[in-house]
Amino acid sequence: MKYLDIIYKGVVTDNPTFVLLLGMCPTLGTTGSAITGMSMGLATMGVLICSNVVISAIKKFVPAGVRIPAYIVVIAGFVTVLQMLMKAYLPALDAMLGIFIPLIVVNCILLGRAEAFAGKNNVLASLCDGVGIGLGFTIALTLLGSVREILGTGKIFGATVYPEQYGSLVFVLAPGAFIALGFMIALFNNIRRRC
Amino acid sequence: MNKNSMLSMVCSLGIITVLTGLILGVVNYYTKDAIADAALQTKIDALADILPEFDNNPLEQRNFAVVNGDTLIVYAATKEGEPVGVAVESPAHDGFSGDISLMFGFNAEGAVSGFKVLAHSETPGLGAKMEDWFRDSVASRSVIGRNIGAADFSVTKDGGEIDGITAATITSRAFLGALRRAAEAYRKYVSETKESK
Repeated sequence: MKYLDIIYKGVVTDNPTFVLLLGMCPTLGTTGSAITGMSMGLATMGVLICSNVVISAIKKFVPAGVRIPAYIVVIAGFVTVLQMLMKAYLPALDAMLGIFIPLIVVNCILLGRAEAFAGKNNVLASLCDGVGIGLGFTIALTLLGSVREILGTGKIFGATVYPEQYGSLVFVLAPGAFIALGFMIALFNNIRRRC
Repeated sequence: MNKNSMLSMVCSLGIITVLTGLILGVVNYYTKDAIADAALQTKIDALADILPEFDNNPLEQRNFAVVNGDTLIVYAATKEGEPVGVAVESPAHDGFSGDISLMFGFNAEGAVSGFKVLAHSETPGLGAKMEDWFRDSVASRSVIGRNIGAADFSVTKDGGEIDGITAATITSRAFLGALRRAAEAYRKYVSETKESK
């Protein structure tokens, strides 16, 4: 199954966070808790699927010289639509993610997939690539957010695992994001090599 | 026409931009009311949350008070014509990351009846705990019930009587600073309404 392969590639062999190391800004910035990490992953996935589909559909009409600005306009359009919808119907989530939603525009995963995949493949394959890479990103952010939340505050998705005072605060802060991410990349690649 | 000529590049990028603009315009048209409603609903919920029971619409009883060059919005709540409390929207510009949008409620006796964090971008797990911390059951943390005439709203580190959030002193100072300004706006509002009577 060609299309299942594309999804599997996005989640495992080309995982944007653990293998391609793309989109590090939201990865480090929004994973202070599992729920914010997951929301950010899902928001990015939504935009990625839409932008991949549209870009692969219009790729024949866009001259090579202006393809990057054209892709960015498409991506920025979808991000702005997403932000307006979130402000209107999910204001609590919008308040939680704040500036990181408009920053999806400059997330290199989106432009990277547009350039490396959607610009060369058909619409259906690009859709699968969006789903795969988006899922991979969401899983990575949820995992990283969970690890940081458990180590930092003793909670996961807001439910207490152990008393908060035993948590080590550094994992909620920026340095903890780097440390946790580094160990998780090492672990992921170690497992991947053995399989 | 050559696909890579200047004209075709300008046209294709132009068309994509215009189409995107059109879509954004349509989405904006259909969501702008819902966005305004959501913002208004947050305020209504906040008012009901932080004030003693009232039966007017405080959003229509808006007053303004200038404190330290900042214009604060004061909402007056009444029940059966009698003033029962006042809510003050007081932003803090000196938070750890960006502005904190806060609303404080005071009852008719001048005690803090509640507060609400409307929007903030403080660190999750640290400054973001202010919503729970300053109403904690530990008495030295809570600001609820303290009378603005008697209480010193600053962190114990600065000689005040409120325990700041552990490892988030900047957020705590910003929060309490906003509360002091809100209290000042409340005093101004009360003395102005007395004069006009």
